[in-house]
Amino acid sequence: MAQPEGLLYSKEHEWTKIEGDLATVGITDYAQNSLGDIVYVELPRVGQVLKQHASVGVVESVKAVSDLFTPVGGEVVEINGALEGDPALVNREPFAGGWLYRVRVADASAPEGLLSPADYEALVAEGAH
Amino acid sequence: MYTPHTESEIREMLAETGANSLDELVAVPPAIAIKRPLELPDAQPETTLVRTMEGYAARNEALGYSSFLGAGAYRHYCPPVVMSLAMRGEFVTSYTPYQAEYSQGYLQAIYEWQSYIALLTGLDVANASVYDGATALAEGAIMALNATGRRAVLVSRAIHPNYRAVLRTYCRGLDVEVDELPVAADGTTDLSTLEARLAEGRYAALALQTPNVFGAIDIPAPEARALIEKSGTIPIAVIGEALALAALATPASWGAQIAVGEAQSFGVPLEYGGPYVGFMAATKEHLRRIPGRLVGKTVDAEGRNAYVLTLQAREQHIRREKATSNICTNQAHCALVATIYLAALGASGLRACAALNLARTQRLAEVVTAVPGFSRAFSAPVFNEFAVRVPAGTTAAEVLAGLEARRILGGVDLGRWYPELSDCILMCATELTTDGEIDALAAALASIVARETAAVR
Amino acid sequence: MSALDTPAGALPATMRAIPEPLIFESGAPGRANRYFEAAPPLDQLVPAGHGRAELPLPDNSELDVVRHFTRLSQRTFAIDLGFYPLGSCTMKYNPKVNDAMAALPGFRDLHPLAPDALAQGALAAMYDLERILAELFGMAAFSLNPSAGAHAELTALLIAKAYFAKKGEGATRRTVIVPDTAHGTNPASAAMVGFDVLSLKSNARGRVDLAAILDAVGDDTAVCMMTNPNTLGLFEDQIAEIAAAVHAAGGLMYYDGANANALMGNARPGDMGFDLMHLNLHKTFSIPHGGGGAGLGPIGVAAHLVDFLPTPVVAKAGENGTTSFTLEFDRPDSVGPMRSFWSNFAHVVRALSYVLSNGGEGLAKVSQLAVLNANYVRVKVREFLETPYDELCRHEFVASAQDLKRETGVRALDLAKALLDRGYHAPTIYFPLLVPECLMIEPTETESKETLDAFIATFRDVVETARTNPQAVLDAPVATPVRRVDETRAAREPNLRWVPPSTP
Repeated sequence: MAQPEGLLYSKEHEWTKIEGDLATVGITDYAQNSLGDIVYVELPRVGQVLKQHASVGVVESVKAVSDLFTPVGGEVVEINGALEGDPALVNREPFAGGWLYRVRVADASAPEGLLSPADYEALVAEGAH
Repeated sequence: MYTPHTESEIREMLAETGANSLDELVAVPPAIAIKRPLELPDAQPETTLVRTMEGYAARNEALGYSSFLGAGAYRHYCPPVVMSLAMRGEFVTSYTPYQAEYSQGYLQAIYEWQSYIALLTGLDVANASVYDGATALAEGAIMALNATGRRAVLVSRAIHPNYRAVLRTYCRGLDVEVDELPVAADGTTDLSTLEARLAEGRYAALALQTPNVFGAIDIPAPEARALIEKSGTIPIAVIGEALALAALATPASWGAQIAVGEAQSFGVPLEYGGPYVGFMAATKEHLRRIPGRLVGKTVDAEGRNAYVLTLQAREQHIRREKATSNICTNQAHCALVATIYLAALGASGLRACAALNLARTQRLAEVVTAVPGFSRAFSAPVFNEFAVRVPAGTTAAEVLAGLEARRILGGVDLGRWYPELSDCILMCATELTTDGEIDALAAALASIVARETAAVR
Repeated sequence: MSALDTPAGALPATMRAIPEPLIFESGAPGRANRYFEAAPPLDQLVPAGHGRAELPLPDNSELDVVRHFTRLSQRTFAIDLGFYPLGSCTMKYNPKVNDAMAALPGFRDLHPLAPDALAQGALAAMYDLERILAELFGMAAFSLNPSAGAHAELTALLIAKAYFAKKGEGATRRTVIVPDTAHGTNPASAAMVGFDVLSLKSNARGRVDLAAILDAVGDDTAVCMMTNPNTLGLFEDQIAEIAAAVHAAGGLMYYDGANANALMGNARPGDMGFDLMHLNLHKTFSIPHGGGGAGLGPIGVAAHLVDFLPTPVVAKAGENGTTSFTLEFDRPDSVGPMRSFWSNFAHVVRALSYVLSNGGEGLAKVSQLAVLNANYVRVKVREFLETPYDELCRHEFVASAQDLKRETGVRALDLAKALLDRGYHAPTIYFPLLVPECLMIEPTETESKETLDAFIATFRDVVETARTNPQAVLDAPVATPVRRVDETRAAREPNLRWVPPSTP
């Protein structure tokens, strides 16, 4: 399965979409699928300053839990409030309505250590053999 | 021996496995093998065993004494119906209800326990239990540390010394500081320095026990509550005598966000200290930081009500080193005992029992302080225990020794924990304390004092 | 027609279908209090201003309470009802005499703050059990303070921390090594003492790899936590070399005694080089699990760690005839107390009673027969399900439904549910984590050959049904009080308590 274009991916299965100095973050379809039914998402606070690759939250399913490592650093400007009432949104629309938070990136150039859609697809294919 | 194997079955089964002998099945490399016969007792048939164990029990001579001991372990009446139900084999010999479909009964009972604790404390949610009151305090403190990111806790010195000691044990492991607030002259916590302490912004939690270790009702006044609320420090209520919850203001009513304590009073036998049952309740904001098991109500595939262990992603078997706690085995069966006790007594029985505790304790205090030389050490109102100061020139230890010679356990020598209170005895009366026992205690105290006085002359 | 089409279950049929209301949904105010004499009304006794507003708890008749909890018991499976091969949990028979001994008034009604001189029987029981455990497991001393296995792990790691602090190595010895077969409590306990966890992959033989250990240890090593046999039921045969490597690096060896039923009386952790260990007396020593506790998790230590044991310690003075016991609190190097009062004492009585009824030789036999039963079931299960580590096991073994899942879509979970319909508790599933679609089976020594044969036949039938009619297995359970439970809903919309109906 091809991964959506226009996004960058982390090895920990997060995606980010950078538009100007704003970056939106979510988890990939592969991640939501391996976790199963997501029951709770713990997000960073608005105003919190994140360091790239730091553990900033948690995604919890019935029988598993996964730390959220932010693929981009910067100040959190918005979190997806819809997830509190409906965490399953992450399962249904991981790349759209199930986004997690937005940060204002300090440096608008592409963040380091992230994968292209093709490279991420290769990573997933290797892990899923 | 409870193994059913006959010799021929052993031979037959060994042949199936391909091993030649039982020894081969358990063999280990020679370097680590046992080098000598172990010095262990011989097997006893059940008739002998019962005599042996009765022999141990008979050496616990305290059972023949009348007792005013409390201080975190209370002698209460447990109706026979409680153990008769709790000791049913289905309850006693089941494991943690991981297979929900096969454990609906136990799961429902634990859901009822969580409900009882939530209702008694006035808080939103309660867990399926923790080991005991002391570890409940430690776990509650860890919840507050995780919630605030702070690295120190502030506790009243009027919290049971054993609870504080366990808290310190846990906090040493976490490199967390434990600071104490002193005891005021009336036996409650001295909150005069509270504003300054909280202003430091260092404390994750402020823990107060009520009734406290001196039996005194110990809750913050409205001004103190306001200080705590704006400080970001999480107020923790500690309850050592759960029966008091049936009569006194709830932890929620004075702003506690977390309530922790000991529910031994709800039908769990004294058993020289355990097993007892720790409980934890909290406001819903803290739901995902609560340690240990939680039972939730849901539905099955056909839409029927069903119960299941839930929010397990907080727990050690999934989160491993990032879990909210390492607790696995808890005190399920003691929690079941307490649940059945609460069901059997009901609100009416609990209130009647609490009333008797208050009445007996008030009478005990009146009768003891009527003996010349004996007085209440503190003036704060109490539930079912209080500190008594012994006459000048004697110590609590001397008076208790005198009582012991008269087959009375007069209470706990507070000097054991508070050197400055070595002239104080903590005395407890419950619904089981009789007028006769109280009068005999007073007579014994009078005669001890008379003898001391005579000796001095 | 397969037996699965007419499942019987183990719970009484009459009770299965009838839902039991919550205790809060029955009763009538004023129906209770049959136990206490009249006292003045509570509000006249409660100190002014300190009373609670209301007490919204139900008043039920005693008969209704009896029926409620009896019905709940009938909706609960237990060892007393049937075979319970739950791996890693040692669901052996819990002898009734032990419960009777714990209920002797001389134990049951003893207050923990009774003077030592008047509690000599209790102290002697604790002392005697500690000495027996020390001899049986090759440690210098035991403490009965910790309440359960995880609590003992925490105690042990606190001891390790105190020990290294005293040696001046507290700042550097920060790492706890935990194999991937370990119980989840191991890393969780390490985190509670601020240690970093280094997880170690098992080798192809399902063992901790000596080379990996040699690679992992160093100046930062505090403790290596292992269980032996491990959770795959395999004996760590290089344990002496592993211990030597950890000791050479200056670290301590910790034995997780969850699987002690496999070696009791036949090998000793002390002889293997372990410095610290715990036991789950609620597994190995037949203390009933009671639905998940209370347990008792004694901690054992080698001589160099005795001073760090939690307080109080039971001390013995005098010799034959004039011995006396005291609780000793003044122990400057101790990590401090781990609990409100001394021990889960009722369980001390149960465990001592169990030890004395078996005797030393009996305990060794217990463990041999536990291993025999496990291997007997293993060689039979191997005929119809994959067993990834195909060698003599100890007290338990793992099977895998990975191939079955590929062929039929039936998972370990589904097999587990189908066994419930046939009157058996399920094995432990999905643990240890390194075996996919894992089923971990521990029969224990108290099960007879007939019981094992009947279980094997049923299990075989379930697996065969999975191949011929997978839907029948996927639909299980049907003979239990409820069918599969919606865990997702439970976690998404937590309902953790009854809420009183709001009064108009």
